[in-house]
Amino acid sequence: MVETGHFALVLAFALSLVQTLVPLIGARTGNQRLMAVGGPVTVTGFALTALSFAALAGAYASSDFSVASVWENSHSLQPLIYKITGTWGNHEGSMLLWVLILTFFGALVAVFGSNLPATLRANVLAVQGAIGATFFLFILATSNPFIRLNPAPIEGRDLNPVLQDLGLAIHPPLLYLGYVGFSICFSFSVAALIEGRIDASWARWVRPWTLVAWMFLTGGIAMGSYWAYYELGWGGFWFWDPVENASFMPWLAGTALLHSAIVMEKRSALKIWTLLLAILTFSLSLLGTFLVRSGVLTSVHAFATDPTRGIFILCILTLFIGGSLALFALRASRLTAGGLFHPISREGALVLNNLFLTTATATVLVGTLYPLAVEALSAGKISVGAPFFNLTFGPLMVPLLILVPFGPLLAWKRGDLYAVAQRLMAAFAAALVAMLVTGLFVNGASVFAALGVGLACWLVCGALTDLAVKSGFGNVSPAIMLRRFAGLPRSVFGTALAHLGLGLTTLGIVGTLCFGTEKILSMHAGESVELSGHTLRFEGLYPAQGPNYSEDRGRFSLIGADGGIAAEITSAKRFFPVRQTTTTESGIETIGFSQLYLSLGDQGTDGSVVVRLWWKPLVTLIWGGGLVMMAGAAMSLFDRRLRVGAPSRRRKQPAAMPSAGVP
Amino acid sequence: MTRKQKRLSVIIGGLAFLGAATGLIFYALGQKASYFYMPADLTTASVQPGQRIRLGGLVEKGTVVRGEGATVAFSVTDTHKSVKVIYTGILPDLFREEQGVITEGSFGADGVFVADSVLAKHDERYMPKEVADGLKAKGVWQESTN
Repeated sequence: MVETGHFALVLAFALSLVQTLVPLIGARTGNQRLMAVGGPVTVTGFALTALSFAALAGAYASSDFSVASVWENSHSLQPLIYKITGTWGNHEGSMLLWVLILTFFGALVAVFGSNLPATLRANVLAVQGAIGATFFLFILATSNPFIRLNPAPIEGRDLNPVLQDLGLAIHPPLLYLGYVGFSICFSFSVAALIEGRIDASWARWVRPWTLVAWMFLTGGIAMGSYWAYYELGWGGFWFWDPVENASFMPWLAGTALLHSAIVMEKRSALKIWTLLLAILTFSLSLLGTFLVRSGVLTSVHAFATDPTRGIFILCILTLFIGGSLALFALRASRLTAGGLFHPISREGALVLNNLFLTTATATVLVGTLYPLAVEALSAGKISVGAPFFNLTFGPLMVPLLILVPFGPLLAWKRGDLYAVAQRLMAAFAAALVAMLVTGLFVNGASVFAALGVGLACWLVCGALTDLAVKSGFGNVSPAIMLRRFAGLPRSVFGTALAHLGLGLTTLGIVGTLCFGTEKILSMHAGESVELSGHTLRFEGLYPAQGPNYSEDRGRFSLIGADGGIAAEITSAKRFFPVRQTTTTESGIETIGFSQLYLSLGDQGTDGSVVVRLWWKPLVTLIWGGGLVMMAGAAMSLFDRRLRVGAPSRRRKQPAAMPSAGVP
Repeated sequence: MTRKQKRLSVIIGGLAFLGAATGLIFYALGQKASYFYMPADLTTASVQPGQRIRLGGLVEKGTVVRGEGATVAFSVTDTHKSVKVIYTGILPDLFREEQGVITEGSFGADGVFVADSVLAKHDERYMPKEVADGLKAKGVWQESTN
């Protein structure tokens, strides 16, 4: 079975070469039959990659230690779920997952792209094939997961204990669906450059892919953040770790792309910029892959480092980023510029959004790569951490967040800022009240905390105002308003939900950072501690045995108002004998939207144990907001206009404008 | 305004914005980036008390002393010199004697390094990359083939 998987992988590589060359030549010579080869080859390539992946997963599930990758990252005593997720909990397997998702997206274009212009479809599949070919070659040459060991070891070396968690089942697949999803936008851009032609229908095609990729990337980042929060036992939700930044940069650029694609689709403007953004977004995804996989940066995520891999990925990076940008430089002038607009308009607001988001992306990029540059110049080793990002990223985000509610309310082409401001009065008043209440009545609230709560409230109320205004609130009777509300395009709900989610995440961050409390102390069994009005009693340490680890469980009781036990919280120190590694399992109790978080430290000689506990107000909103953003993206995807294959129909909504209008 | 003037003003506005952002980035890099040192580097480098740095090396054997509550004292060494470090908090799970560690903080007036974070991020060999590179440069540690 393992050899079948290996063979399938080699075949998939060969097919990806066919997928690159044949449709490309077909599109250049106008040969229909050559172009038509692209579809079936892409689908077959995906099937072979899936077979290869299944073979590896099968080897992991059955603990076949004759496979080197399985031996290094699995153990027969591991629960089955971690055996399976261990497939991508290592370098080789995760690269295989990467190409699996890449070929999956290619196959989606092949299957659902029947109404695309034939040459565009052929070129998109060819570019997708080229990306696939380089990564197949990378896997086969430097990171082959199917290498056998002879003689086969009897027992494996166990999966990294930090990865033995359900988070591994969800986080990497979601993240890769996002990362790699942007490859479709990239392929469409390069295809458009090859053809030298781009129009509004191109944007209609690219937008759903951007939405899908963005939705998964949002989920992947939120999930990764929550995983790090509960698994690492540091109680932080974001560390500005290089690897986190690597996923955050495509997200920021992808968010910009999402917005500029709207302008392009609706108003035929910003064509060239949208194209460039699509290229940059996927380039940042590739850069992220390079940073994570090459091990050039010290990070919690760095797996085995191997210089040949780093150089190989660097070559791929140069080929695709350099190649696409060179193509852009050559061809962009052939593309026609689109419609004009007044600075104060929906387009203007979206341009401003793009300006802020791309600058923020650049900030994160500089902060992430600067240590590498300094080291390359032998000017010493430095680290750039949270203080840098707080100082640069923060000032860029705050004005952007203040401007968010204005955007959706402005009209296309020429907007009336005064009218929009009037409509936002209620939201502004609500934000002001929230600010004053926080500042005056909440203990220990700083000016920043009050402003932060006000900002979050402004975002949430602004999103609701958008929906209210568009359903005619105040102008029509409630019954008509309800009907209009139900008839609003899904994309309007999508926008409102995404912006609402952003507000919730902001509220969660402000709540946790400004109102969170923390205590570190050493406790004996029976002792109690009070934190922000919650009383915890330490019941003692109890040893326990897991399938492939032993642990000391620290049991804590949350004392309720009546003096009884309201909840039990357990935090544990787990020892994994195979890797001689200890991990900390944090104990978390969710109270409303807030959480009580505690983790165990070392045991003292006198039977005491060091305990670190946090009160994290509204912390769950950070990730809850991410889920709401995902729901917004999903809602937009189901908009009739974007549904793949849906016949185009003139929308009835008055805000709709013919997309060709140029003043 | 003519179309040309309009476009020009937009471009100038955009450039001013980018300029401001660039200025902010450089200011922040100068202020907030912290340098990495090994104990022996400290004799040549001038590090002021209170200046934030990262100090890396091996946890010297037999120097880990647990004090009141969650305070821990230990020495970080590169085998040539060692520096005493005080840290209050929970040590990472991977912290152990004779293993690589990176501490972040600043020197007090008494020459003791007060760390506010201790990292034991590692690859499979339990060696932070900076520490491994530093030790290799000093000829103390060779990469094992394991």
